[in-house]
Order: sequence, then C-alpha cells, then structure tokens
Amino acid sequence: MNQKKKRMFSTTRQKKVAQTAYLMVAPTIIGLLILNFYPIIQTFWLSFCKTGDFGLNNTFIGLKNYVDLFKDPEIPQALINTFRYAAVQVTVSIALSLVLAVLVNRKMKGVTIYRTIYFLPMICAPAAIAMVWRWMFNQDFGILNKMFGTNISWTTDPKIAWLCVAVVGIWSSLGYNMVLLLGGLQDIPKDYYEAAEIDGATGINAFFHITIPLLSPTLFFIIQTGIIGALQLFDLPYMIIDESSRAVRSVKSVTYLFYQHSFEKGQRGYGSAIVIFMMVVISIITYFIQKTEKKWVHYN
Amino acid sequence: MGYTAKRRLNSTVIHVFLILGAIAMLIPFVWMVLTAFKTKSQAISVDPFYIFPAGKWHFENFSEVWNSYNFMTLYANTLIVMVLRVVCAVLTATMAGYAFGRLEFPGKGILFSIVLIQMMVPSQIFIIPQYLMISKAHLLNTKFALVFPGIVTAFGTYLFKQSFQSLPKELEEAAEIDGCTVWQRFAFIMMPLTRSAIVSLGIFTALFAYKDMMWPMIVANKPAATTLSAALAKLQGQFGSNYPQIMAGALMAILPMLILYLIFQKQFIEGIASSGTKL
Repeated sequence: MNQKKKRMFSTTRQKKVAQTAYLMVAPTIIGLLILNFYPIIQTFWLSFCKTGDFGLNNTFIGLKNYVDLFKDPEIPQALINTFRYAAVQVTVSIALSLVLAVLVNRKMKGVTIYRTIYFLPMICAPAAIAMVWRWMFNQDFGILNKMFGTNISWTTDPKIAWLCVAVVGIWSSLGYNMVLLLGGLQDIPKDYYEAAEIDGATGINAFFHITIPLLSPTLFFIIQTGIIGALQLFDLPYMIIDESSRAVRSVKSVTYLFYQHSFEKGQRGYGSAIVIFMMVVISIITYFIQKTEKKWVHYN
Repeated sequence: MGYTAKRRLNSTVIHVFLILGAIAMLIPFVWMVLTAFKTKSQAISVDPFYIFPAGKWHFENFSEVWNSYNFMTLYANTLIVMVLRVVCAVLTATMAGYAFGRLEFPGKGILFSIVLIQMMVPSQIFIIPQYLMISKAHLLNTKFALVFPGIVTAFGTYLFKQSFQSLPKELEEAAEIDGCTVWQRFAFIMMPLTRSAIVSLGIFTALFAYKDMMWPMIVANKPAATTLSAALAKLQGQFGSNYPQIMAGALMAILPMLILYLIFQKQFIEGIASSGTKL
C-alpha cells in the first residue's frame, strides 16, 4: 500500500502537479490555520484563563471558569431561552413553509411574485428587520396593539417577549425554507402520484406516503441547519428587546451571553468557556439529529 | 360540482391564502416606509386609522439621519467590505476547490480536514482570538479589520470542490494532451464552467458581509469605520424613541440591497438556496 502510494507520486509530471496543487491550496489553508484553526486552540486555552485588565496578562486558573459556568444561574436560563426559541422557530417555520411550498408547487400564475415576496426578509439586514418589528411591537404606539385594539406589552413582558422574538425569526426564515422545500418537491417524479392515484391514494394520503418520504432529505437538511442556526441566535433578541427591560432575562441566548461577557464586560476567559460549552452542546444535539436520520430519511 | 369548477374554486382558495401570507410578509416593510415619512408626533398618534403621513411626506427624517450618521461613509464601507470579501473568497476558494476536487497530491486528506473542521464548529469560537489579533496589530477601526475573517472561506472551498468534481474528466484530458499546464486548464477551461457556483458564492458572501452585525460591532466602534448593519444597532440607541428617524435609517440601510434583489431576484434566490447554508 505504502509502496503503491509512493509510486503514484513518483513521476516528475505528478510531482509537478502536486507542486501546483500545494500552491493552489496554500492561501486557503494558511488563512484557515491563522483565522480558524489557531483560534480554536486559543479559545480553548483562554477558557482556562482569567483575563486581566485591558485584556492583558492572562493568568491560568484551571477549571475555575467552568466551575463558575455551572454555578452561574444565567447559563441554564440562557439554555432554556435558546432551546425554546429553536424549538418554536424551527417547527413552526418548517410547518408553515411546507404548506406554502405545497400550495405553490403547481401550474399557476404568480409563483415568482409569491416567491420574491416571501423570500424578501432573507436579503435584509437583521438589524433593520429587528428595528421595524420592535416598533410594531411598541406597547403604546405600535401598529399591532392599534390593529387589534389591545394593550399587550409584547417586548417587555418576559412571558411574551421570547415568543415575539420567535415570531420575527419565523417570519424571517419562511421564504428560505419554502424555496428549498419547493426545490425538493419539484424533484419528485409526477408518475409516483399517478401510480398512487390508481391505487386510491390521493390528497392527504398521498402527501404522507409519497411527498413526506421523498421530501425527507430536504426536510432533514433544513431541520438540521435550522436548529444549528437557531442555537446561535444573537441579532434578534439583542436588537428587539431593550437591555434595561425586565424581559431581557427571558430572551438572552447563549451567544448573547458570550457577547456580553467577552466584549461588554471584558471577561474573555469566561466568554471563551461559554463558547466552548456551547460548542459541546451543539455537537451533542447534532449527534442526536444525525442518529434520527436513518429512521425517517429516505435517500434514493 | 364539475371538475373544472372545483379546480377553479380550489385555486382561488389557494391564491387567497397565499395573498394573505404575502400581505403579512409585506406589512413590516410598508410600515417602515410609512413611519419614516411621518413626524414624531404623527407616528405616535393614538388614532388607529392614522396610516398615511398627513399633509406632506416628511423627508427631513432621512436628511437628519443621513447627516448625523454619515450614511455616505457607511454605504462606502459596506460596499468595500462586500467587494473585497467576494473577490478574496472567489479567488482563494476556486483555486483550492480545484486542487481538492481534481488534483492528486500527498496530504490531501489531512489538508481537507482543516476545511471540514472550520465548517463543523460554531463560528463564535473564532471571534475572541480574531479580535485579539486585530487589536494587537492596532488595526481596529480599519477596513482590513472588517474584511479579515472573510479572507478565506472553508464553505466556499467545499462548494467549489463539489462543483469541480461534477465536471466531466474528458474536458481536461483533451487540454492536457494539447499541452496545457495545470494553471491554464484551471483558469481557461474549468473555472469558466463553474460560473453558477461563482455567482452563488459571490451572492452568499456579499449578503453575509452585509448582514453580519457582531463582528463590525466588535472591531469598529467608531461610526465612520463601521458597516450599515452595525451602525443600525447604535442608531437605535441614539435616536431612542424617535421612530420615524429610526425607520428612515433602517430603510436607507436596506434600500440598495432591496433594489439589487428586485432586479436579480432569480440569481439571489437560486444562489442562496443552492449554497445550502444558513445565513
């Protein structure tokens, strides 16, 4: 095996190809080593350090950051906030966008227009989206309370605020999920449905026995990327909920905490511990999602 | 009921449903525009039917925000960061993707695993060390700082590896017999064939640079050195409850991208959908 490999790269022509190949991957590999690989190690190291004044003089303190992390009452709260946001945002967004994709997947006028409109939030700065929603949620003058004739404190009531953030998250991701699901639907051969119709399976029946199984790779993909994306939530709660509001406790995500500790309070050691902890949580969740894959995802 | 009549009814119901959804999608944008043209007292009027700006439309919100936030600089900064990141990403990723996808060399597997590792970990893990590098090099508040994390792209490299691999072998073999070097084959024969992947990565990278808020907030605290997204976060803090001005700022921040999107919506949607990662 080893000899065979050596022979493979032994001719001068092959050596020349390999040389060119190294030149071609060099910028990317060097860049990734500096920008990503070394930072992973440094973050890991920093998570065992206490950051001194002005971010200088890191002193090794062993596992103290992690001990603090498990005692910090903000951490379990941030986990709850992040998980419930992810659960609601991903489920509702995918369910709604699946309905939209199925409705649009037929010969009819205006498909392009619908697609363009539903996809619109994807190309906007999340900060701008958050700002307009915050204004609409405004208790005294917001359009929502005016429209419904209510007086709900959308963004200041801890019980409602996190749902408001989730609503904006759903609204933002509908079009993206719809486009991906529509692509998946269009790949399903029409004769599957014709064959099913002969066997008497139409409508809802055909949907669950043909559409869902054949769409499962796309569904699996958007569920997985959706959950991982939702677990890294930051922009929306940061922009929609006022930092001085009592509701902020109920929307602070893990990334939000990481940002605050690392860049507002200057505790980079503790911030690093949070981000390492977050990586472990995401890995565990990804592992379990992957495990379910075999049970319900059908690849052709 | 006849078959066609039933079908027509069905399709009407579907359209009604889709139109209601579309209205729900558009309300925030419409409300943003309508608010931006009102005075502060008009915006907080208690009359629920006070939807359109009364009398004249107030453009002064725009000029006020434009001047106090120097939007010209923000547009320029954002555009420069987007262009530089797209150029860097496309250049480095096409080369690396070609080498990983079509050339044989020792250590390929190990080197590619560096690409995969970057894609697997959450990006927040890089931020503190990246910030420390920029800060130690005294490069805070520079364009370089804004571009820095996007100089290379693991995701783009992966995308181009797939894209080059899917092209037929015969194309290159013919060129090889004709005596083309690897570089010539890459630049003149193979790279032009991955045009759709280049468009995808370009749109994806540009949008990401435009939308990203946390990194510019960290490395550029001066208003003149930051991007639109990060400036909005400050604007909201400064203008507090002056919603017409906040909405004017938000509208100015999304307008250029909105126009581009409406012109190139097909490329945008397909580019983002085919790149297959979450923004």
